[in-house]
Amino acid sequence: MREKILTIIEKNSRLTVKDIASILGESDAKVAAEIEAMENEHIICGYHTLINWDKTQDERVDALIEVKVTPQRGLGFDSIAQRIYQYDEVDAVYLMSGSFDFTVLISGKTMKEVASFVSSKLSPMDSVLSTATHFVLKKYKDHGTVIEQPRVDERMKVSP
Amino acid sequence: MRNPLNSKITGIQPSGIRKFFDIVSEMKDAISLGVGEPDFDTPWHIREEGIHSLERGRTFYTSNSGLKELRDEITRYIKRKYNVDYNPVTETLVTVGGSEAIDMALRVMLDPGDEVLVPQPSYVSYVPCTIMAGGTPVPIELEEKDEFRLTPEKLQEKITPKTKVLVLPFPNNPTGAIMEKEDLEKIIPIIEEHDLFVITDEIYSELSYKGTPSSIIEFPGMRERTVYINGFSKAYAMTGWRLGYCCGPQIIMQQILKLHQFAIMCAPTTSQYAATEALKNGDDDVAKMRESYNERRRYLVTRLREMGMECFEPYGAFYVFPSIKRFNMSSEEFATRLLQEEKVALVPGTAFGDCGEGFLRISYAYSLQDLKKALDRIEKFVSRLK
Repeated sequence: MREKILTIIEKNSRLTVKDIASILGESDAKVAAEIEAMENEHIICGYHTLINWDKTQDERVDALIEVKVTPQRGLGFDSIAQRIYQYDEVDAVYLMSGSFDFTVLISGKTMKEVASFVSSKLSPMDSVLSTATHFVLKKYKDHGTVIEQPRVDERMKVSP
Repeated sequence: MRNPLNSKITGIQPSGIRKFFDIVSEMKDAISLGVGEPDFDTPWHIREEGIHSLERGRTFYTSNSGLKELRDEITRYIKRKYNVDYNPVTETLVTVGGSEAIDMALRVMLDPGDEVLVPQPSYVSYVPCTIMAGGTPVPIELEEKDEFRLTPEKLQEKITPKTKVLVLPFPNNPTGAIMEKEDLEKIIPIIEEHDLFVITDEIYSELSYKGTPSSIIEFPGMRERTVYINGFSKAYAMTGWRLGYCCGPQIIMQQILKLHQFAIMCAPTTSQYAATEALKNGDDDVAKMRESYNERRRYLVTRLREMGMECFEPYGAFYVFPSIKRFNMSSEEFATRLLQEEKVALVPGTAFGDCGEGFLRISYAYSLQDLKKALDRIEKFVSRLK
């Protein structure tokens, strides 16, 4: 049941407990208890909203930074990751396989702001060897959702 | 000028859905739960295969029966599902949707006066196609107390010496009813006793939500007296591709092929390439869509019951068929008022046969958000009626 709840709210976190219970054919109380348990166990870590910022007045710049580091003795990558993800402007940090070590997703108000984060905060860190910053020019699809244009139901309204 | 028309054709009533469609189309912000097709797009890898075939210039006719590769996949599919063998060359034909197969199967089997048993409520084309084929349609009125399944008693009741064909429309549009293995077992002796032929329309077979779906062709001896019809529209969300198929004993299929050859030539080539990909690599898509329909089905049934609209548990297709008898209104009146007062479009049960009176067809081939919005409006309407 946990997996089912998760797949449902992964796509739509605004569904009420009652809705989820109806969808699954379970009791409200059981679903509520499972969700609470998963929140406590940090399986559910938060409820976010997918926003197309391009359609707002807000200016935002997203960037993906490839970071190469030297792992520290005894601590490996985790402590470096921690030093990077503590910054508020950092959206995500992933340890990667392949030719670099971390992917850092960051958003700022301007390109300058992002650039200054890289040059004054990220690059000077002891363990960071090099960075490569890629700015996002346009988002087509995010979190499994095509964000360019809303889906329009073009089917005939009534059909046999 | 002489009357240009054929009296048999002019005598056929136009589909009851048509009238409703016209009203809904006029209304701007109406929410519709009235469609009979999936809300998914055809999975991308299937569409891509169709596009690829166009890029490669595969814009020719295929053989009358359809691409051999596709027919091979069809027979493999039926073997996999039901452990029944059909010869892909002599017993399998690719058609323009399941609808063409229904029409042809009736036409090749019927002589004037032959009676066709049509369980109702059911899809709108069986009766007119029977009439056009020169046969006499005999409705079997199914009931909610039997969960709209065909019982041996109901079947027996309508059999006469002229009865030749039984249509088996399960999983059913509009009721969502299914026939389980035990249900089929009970009607088979009657079919055999009266030497009937069967047209089994299993276009919704992949959308079954209770156990493994059963087909009449699985039972000993039945394959020889059955035309099995299926297609890609519902399972793979491919309605617009217009592609279906039928399988049956050679003696029948030979004649169907002849009709198809002269009337249609062959099913659309692009669609056939896409459908081959669907059967080869589409199982996961079907499973995903089925699960999604099932979630919405449960949601819809729960909500309807909560607002006091009784409905039996539908285990197939993507329809719920609630009863509105307690509101003392005809289906058409209910549907019309709901549309005018709350701007929600549903299809009156009577569009699928007289015995659909007192019921409505609600389709759940919609996103959960749309369903929710529509149900909130229906709830408002119903609470005013109480």
